[in-house]
Amino acid sequence: MRSTSRGSLVFGFLLSAPLLASGVLAGCNSSSSAPARDAAAASGQPAGTRVGADPMRPPGAQPGEWTIPAKDYASTRFSDLDQITAQNVGGLRLAWSFSTGVLRGHEAAPIVADGTMFVVTPWPNYLYALDPVTGEQKWRYDPGTARAAQGVACCDVVNRGAAYADGRVFFNTLDVHTVAVDAQSGKELWKVKLGEINRGETMTMAPLVVDGKVYVGNSGGEMGVRGWITALDAASGEIAWRAYHTGPDADVLIGPRFKPFYPSHQGKDLGVTTWPPDQWKVGGGAVWGWISYDPETNAIYYGTSNPGVWNPALRPGDNKWASTIFARDADTGEALWAYQTTPHDEHDYDGVNELLLLDLEVGGQSRKVAVRPGRTGFMYIIDRLTGEVLSAEPYGHVNWASRVDLETGRPVLNEEKRTGNRSATNICPAAPGLKDWQPSAFSPRTRLLYLPHNNLCMDYEGGEAGYIAGTPYVGARVKMYAGPGGHRGVYSAWDLAAQKEVWSIKERFPVWSGTVVTAGDVAFYGTMDRWFKAVHARTGELLWRFRVGSGIIGQPVTYLGSDGRQYVAILSGVGGWAGATALGLMPEIDPFIALGFGNAMTDLPDYTAQGGMLYVFALDGGAQGGERPSDAADNAGEGTVGQPDERTSQTGTRR
Amino acid sequence: MIPARRLGAVVALVSGGIALWALPARPSVRPPVLRVCSDPNNLPFSNRAEEGFENRLARLIAGELGAEVRYTWWAQRRGFVRNTLGAGECDLVAGVPAGFDPVATTVPYYRSTYVFVTRRDLTPPLASIDDPRLRRLRIGVHLIGDDYAAPPPATALARRGIVRNLRGYSIYGDYRDPNPPARLVEAVAKGEVDVALVWGPLGGYFAGRQEVPLRVTPMRETDDGPGTPFVFAIAMGVRRGDTELVRRVGAALDRRRAEVRRILEEYGVPLVPAGSGEAT
Repeated sequence: MRSTSRGSLVFGFLLSAPLLASGVLAGCNSSSSAPARDAAAASGQPAGTRVGADPMRPPGAQPGEWTIPAKDYASTRFSDLDQITAQNVGGLRLAWSFSTGVLRGHEAAPIVADGTMFVVTPWPNYLYALDPVTGEQKWRYDPGTARAAQGVACCDVVNRGAAYADGRVFFNTLDVHTVAVDAQSGKELWKVKLGEINRGETMTMAPLVVDGKVYVGNSGGEMGVRGWITALDAASGEIAWRAYHTGPDADVLIGPRFKPFYPSHQGKDLGVTTWPPDQWKVGGGAVWGWISYDPETNAIYYGTSNPGVWNPALRPGDNKWASTIFARDADTGEALWAYQTTPHDEHDYDGVNELLLLDLEVGGQSRKVAVRPGRTGFMYIIDRLTGEVLSAEPYGHVNWASRVDLETGRPVLNEEKRTGNRSATNICPAAPGLKDWQPSAFSPRTRLLYLPHNNLCMDYEGGEAGYIAGTPYVGARVKMYAGPGGHRGVYSAWDLAAQKEVWSIKERFPVWSGTVVTAGDVAFYGTMDRWFKAVHARTGELLWRFRVGSGIIGQPVTYLGSDGRQYVAILSGVGGWAGATALGLMPEIDPFIALGFGNAMTDLPDYTAQGGMLYVFALDGGAQGGERPSDAADNAGEGTVGQPDERTSQTGTRR
Repeated sequence: MIPARRLGAVVALVSGGIALWALPARPSVRPPVLRVCSDPNNLPFSNRAEEGFENRLARLIAGELGAEVRYTWWAQRRGFVRNTLGAGECDLVAGVPAGFDPVATTVPYYRSTYVFVTRRDLTPPLASIDDPRLRRLRIGVHLIGDDYAAPPPATALARRGIVRNLRGYSIYGDYRDPNPPARLVEAVAKGEVDVALVWGPLGGYFAGRQEVPLRVTPMRETDDGPGTPFVFAIAMGVRRGDTELVRRVGAALDRRRAEVRRILEEYGVPLVPAGSGEAT
C-alpha cells in the first residue's frame, strides 16, 4: 500500500496540549487532557513568556474574541464557545447584516476584539469597525489603495483579513502597504510601503501579529515577482527583517542555524543554483497564505508559492525555495528548516496553505507536528522541530504523484501527468489543488480536521502557441473540470490519527470558504451557491443553513458578544480565483480565463452574482432580536436547488 | 443568444451616440467617437502620448469613419480584454492575433515573426533556431509568469535542451519605466546577453534606437512544428457580436492598405508576406 519506506508509523490520539492546557475542555476529554497537561507542564514555560494559561492564544485575547483569522497561533480555528450546539443550532437566526459597498470577492475573516468587529474588504481595502452585537458602524478607514493595483492582481482583488493586537488593527493593501490603525478611533498609526505594484507585487494575505512584530508577505508569483516575508515593528512599522525565497543564502536568511532534514535541501545558495542563471530573480516563492507561530520554539511556520514562470520547461532544477515550508526564528528571521513540497513544481501547486500546530502521538511518542493539507492533495504531517515528514497520505483523488517518498521527502511523480513541453490530460488535482488557500479547522474534541476543498482535474496543452509581446494574447494552456463524481467541491472531516476520511459532503462548486468548528460540536462553512451551513462535527449531518445574497468565499468566525451571547459571522461576496466567472468575465467565449479555472465554473452565474455583505447570526437572532420568521422551522431544509448535500458513507472510502 | 450583460453593453453604446454605424438621428454637436482600448506604456505599439503605430492606425481608421479617437488606457497583460473591451469601456483593440478567441477580429493587416537581435559584429548573422551557436551564446527571451505560457522561440529552445544559457526578462518588467518589454533589446546593446529572441515589431523598433549598432534578423523557420508558430498575423479586434463595427474597420483597413503598410515600415516592423505560414 502506501505505507512508508520507514515502516508504518502508528498515529495515536491527538493531545493538542495548547488547547487542552487552556482548561476550557476540562471534563470533556479528561482522559486525554491529563497527559497533555502533564506534557505541557513538564516542558516548562514556553519561550516568549506568554501571559495566561494558553500559550497559543494571542496574549490579551479573551476567550470569546477572535483576534486573528486563524483564531490562535496554532491555526486551529477552533472556538471553545459552546452556547450554540448541534442540538440547538437549528434556532440560529440572522441578528444583523452589513453591506461593505464592495463587489469583488470577499475572502476575509471578520475579527472581533476589544468590543469591536473589524472587517477588511477587497480592493479598495476599506476597514470597517462595527459593534459586534448591534452591527452599528463605528468608523471606516480608507487606505486609498491605488486603483492600478487591480490590474496587477492575478486572481481577483481579494484580502484575507486583518489582525488585532494591543489596541491596533493591522492589515495589508493590494498596493503593497501594511497599515496599522487605532482600534478605537480608526486613525491611521502608520502605513509602510513594502513592494511595488509596477513590478507585479500585490498583497492579499492576512498579517500575523506576535509579540510586537507583524509578519506579512507579498503576492504575485504569476507576475514574475521575487517572493518575501518580512517582520515589521508593530509600534512603528519599521522593517525588523526580511527574507526572500529565491537567491543567495544571505537573502533567504539561511545561516548556521539552518538544519533541514533532507539532504536535497542542504547545500550553499540553493536559491541560486537550482535555477537557470538569474531566473531566481523572477522566481516567485511569494507568501500569500498563512503563518502559524509556536511560542515554545519561538518559531513561525509558513509556506511559499509556486515558482515563476509557470512553464517548468524553462526552469530546470528544484527551483528553491518556491513551494516550500519554512520554520524561522520569529525574532531574527533565521531559517531553522525548510521542506519543499514540490521540487520543480509542474502543476502550480503553491505551498502556502495553513499549517496547524498540533501534538500528535506517533508510534507511542508525542511529537510536535505541523499538519498541512497540501494543494498537492497530500496531508503532510511534519515534525515541526526537525522538518521531517512523518506521513503524507492523499486526502482525495490524487494522480500527479503516487506518494511522497519519506526517505527523500520528494513526491514520486506519475510521468503521464507531467507538464512542460508535453500535453497531459486528466491531471488531478487541478492547479488550485485539492485544497487551495481556504483554511481548515481542527477540533480537539472530535480530533478531526475539517477540510473545505476542491474536486477538480485539468488538461494541460504543452508546447502550443505562446505569447506575443505587445498584444493581449497568452496562449491557452489549462482547462479545469470536475473530478471523479462530477461535483467540484467537498467538505470533509479527516481523522489524523487513523489517516482516513470520516465523512464528506459533496458540493456543486469548490468549497472556497474557510471553516470554523466549535466546542458545541458544530462546524460552519459556506458555498459558492450562496449557502451558509452548519453541520454536525461528528457526523457531517446538515443541521442548519441560510441563503445569503452572494456566493461565500469568506471565513466564518464565532465570538461572544457583550450581551453574553454567542454569535457567528460570515462575509458573502463571490469572486476570487474560483469565482472569476461570476465577475462577468465572459467564460462562454473563453474557457481559459482565470488561468483555466473558467472552464470549470461556467454555470456559476446561474447561481450567484457579486456583492459584499456581512451576515451575523445568533440563537433567536441575538440581542437585536430580529423579527422572528414565522416559517422558522422550514428554514433549515427547504429551498435548495439540485442535490448539493449528498453525504458519502461514513467509512473512509475515498479512493 | 446574447447574454444580458453584453446586450446591455451594446445598448449603452448606441445610446451614448458612439456607435458609428448608428449615428444619432437627431442633430448632435459632438462628432462620433471611436473608443480604443490601449496600453499607455507599450511602444512601438502605443503609449499615452499616442506615439505608437497602433495610435497612428487608430487615427487613420477613425478618420476613415469620420470619428474622433478616445482612449481607455490599461496595461496590456492578463485581464486587458476583460477590463476594457469586456467591460464596455471601449470598442476597438488595435492589435490582436487574427482569430484571437475572446474578440471578433478583422482580416489581418500585417504578419510578423520573431527575430534575432544581435550586435552587428556577430557574424554570420543568426537566422535559424537550429544554429549550433545558440548552445553557447547567452540568449535573452521574454518570460511570462502564468498560464504555462512562453514565447514560442523559448519553447523551441527548451525542446532542444537550450535552457541553461537562457536569460528571462519579465514581459511585465517595471511598469514605472518606459516601455518595459524594451529591456530585452537593450540587454543586447548593454552586453547582458549576446542575442535576444524577440517579437518582430519590438526588435525592429528598439534595435535602431540603441547606442551600439544592432542587427535584426527574422527567424528563418516559420514555426517549430504544429502549435508552435513563430509567425503571427495581426488584426484589429472588437467585442464579439459587434459585426457592423468589425466590418467597417476591416473595410477601412483595406481601403488604406498602402498607408497602413507605410506606417508599419516607418516603425521598423519586420513584415512577412501572406502565405508563409502563420498562426491564427
